[in-house]
Amino acid sequence: MLYLNIIVAGLLTGAVYGLMALGLSVIFGVIRIVNFAHGEMMVLAMYGACLANARFGVDPLRALILVVPALFLLGYVLQRGLINRYIARPDHEQFLLLLAVATVITASLLMGFGPDARNVQLDYAYDSYQLGAVLLDKVRVLAAAGAVLGAAALWAFFRFTRTGKAIRACADNQVGAQVVGLDVKRLYAVTFGLGAACVGAAGCLMLLLVDVQPYIATDYTLLAFITVILGGLGSMPGALLGGVLVGVSEALSGFLVEPSFKSAFSFGLLILVLLVRPQGLLGRA
Amino acid sequence: MRAARALDLSPRAAAALGLFVAVMLLLPLVANAYVVSVLVVVLFSAYFGQSWNVMTGFAGQLSLGHALYVGLGAYTSAALFVHLGLSPWLGMVAGMAVATLAGSAIAALSFRFRVGGVYFALLTIAFAEFTRILFDHFGWVGATEGLFLPVANLSHDDPLRLRGSSVMFYYLLLALSLAALALSHALLNRRVGYYWQAIREDEEAARALGIDVFRYKIAAMALSAAMTALGGALLAFYDNNLYPDTVFAMGRSIEIIIAPIIGGLGTLFGPIVGAFLLTGLGETMTNLSTHFEINGLKQWFYGAALLAIVALQPSGLWPWLRRALGLAEGRR
Repeated sequence: MLYLNIIVAGLLTGAVYGLMALGLSVIFGVIRIVNFAHGEMMVLAMYGACLANARFGVDPLRALILVVPALFLLGYVLQRGLINRYIARPDHEQFLLLLAVATVITASLLMGFGPDARNVQLDYAYDSYQLGAVLLDKVRVLAAAGAVLGAAALWAFFRFTRTGKAIRACADNQVGAQVVGLDVKRLYAVTFGLGAACVGAAGCLMLLLVDVQPYIATDYTLLAFITVILGGLGSMPGALLGGVLVGVSEALSGFLVEPSFKSAFSFGLLILVLLVRPQGLLGRA
Repeated sequence: MRAARALDLSPRAAAALGLFVAVMLLLPLVANAYVVSVLVVVLFSAYFGQSWNVMTGFAGQLSLGHALYVGLGAYTSAALFVHLGLSPWLGMVAGMAVATLAGSAIAALSFRFRVGGVYFALLTIAFAEFTRILFDHFGWVGATEGLFLPVANLSHDDPLRLRGSSVMFYYLLLALSLAALALSHALLNRRVGYYWQAIREDEEAARALGIDVFRYKIAAMALSAAMTALGGALLAFYDNNLYPDTVFAMGRSIEIIIAPIIGGLGTLFGPIVGAFLLTGLGETMTNLSTHFEINGLKQWFYGAALLAIVALQPSGLWPWLRRALGLAEGRR
């Protein structure tokens, strides 16, 4: 039963990883840019929620209403003003650009908040639900539910709205999209905004579970990479599956071997998948 | 001037190179200890950049995990020295062999399964991080506690045992960096260099021309890994202490690749120019930011400078500098 509890906890945390990775996957799937500043954007969102909590006592779940649009705007402006110019440039130039953006974000957070870890005090932090033999932490359940809702909203957007369909058209055939008169640059900006909004939401939800500190950003960037590649870069259900896999493998290896080994398991999983099935578990060949 | 002829330079470019080498040779005679220590950092950065440039600049395979080879070179030579008393130079060769094996294996596995582009880059990160965590638990080399080299109190430099002052390391690194320059030049003007560049520009076309793409990509990775490991061994004996979380750090992999990109990816002098610029920038920021007690100020300016460079000179500073100095007649 202990194992079941650990697996369920990993599963719930993994859903939040999935939402974060979904942002990366959407950005790569459409714009073909690897967002090396992904973890930094996540940490930025976490600080946003943290600030709202410290100043106004806002619950991170309510802070979503502010943080998600703010991150959308940031992503939109970033793509519109900066990244759009680098779409056709070689990989290493895009890498350097996003690395510079990541450095500036982390440095700004250091200037604003200092290097110490922060968290939010929640009166329901230690509440839990008993479901048969399984004990569920309330914060994990809320975070996972939020992540699944966020993913569902994104899916519905791509499925049912005109803009969502237009973005999918861009992803399938950029030239074709231009030929039929779509404003590709604007759609790319919307896409990056959506990707950023995903990390924004994931950041608020993650704050229910962990402390935040400027330097953990790189770890989140790597985590997002592992997650999307496991599931398949560009595949939406793949990102969620990858998140859940990483969450469970982290939880299990932290328990069975030792906590410092948990990312080794994730990287091992990544290497295995890249070698055996490079397009990812749910990716198209 | 034989060196100039071997490098196939115009008289003006040869004079510039000669002047550069002369200044570098004489600098430690006039510079104080602080400046020499900064220059050692510059030369490490230049040499690692040159090594990485072979893989990514010449053969076009983006590796984001070169800290792996730094670490393998450093740990192999240092552990053999500490535990078995093996000469650093033999340990260095062993480290290069280990790194070559690791690099070839990673390249062979990836390219066999047609992992390329962004996926390959992320795979290189994964291998580096995986190895870092393994070394965190590798007791023989001290795990997270670190591996320390005995610091002998020598009155004179002992290059045979790699014990000595910063100035000794400065000259060793200068020689190494110039050797890497000559090697890079020689490679680019040989069959293998042309094959690499063909693969970089268009892999399918290169394959259609009959180039054994798989083999030449592995060769690039193997050579790049061996060169990096050589520098890693020197780094171990310069620093005297090794921790997996700094030697294999993701941050080191990133540092290694920023200088050659900023200097000019795939060019001969780009890594050197980039190393001077970046280390200089970093030191200036550190010195400036000590006057203001603000967290993150240094990183902020560093990031802003990177942003400015990638916005203004995305293909690197060296191609621009070369034109500005009127050295463009030489092919590179």
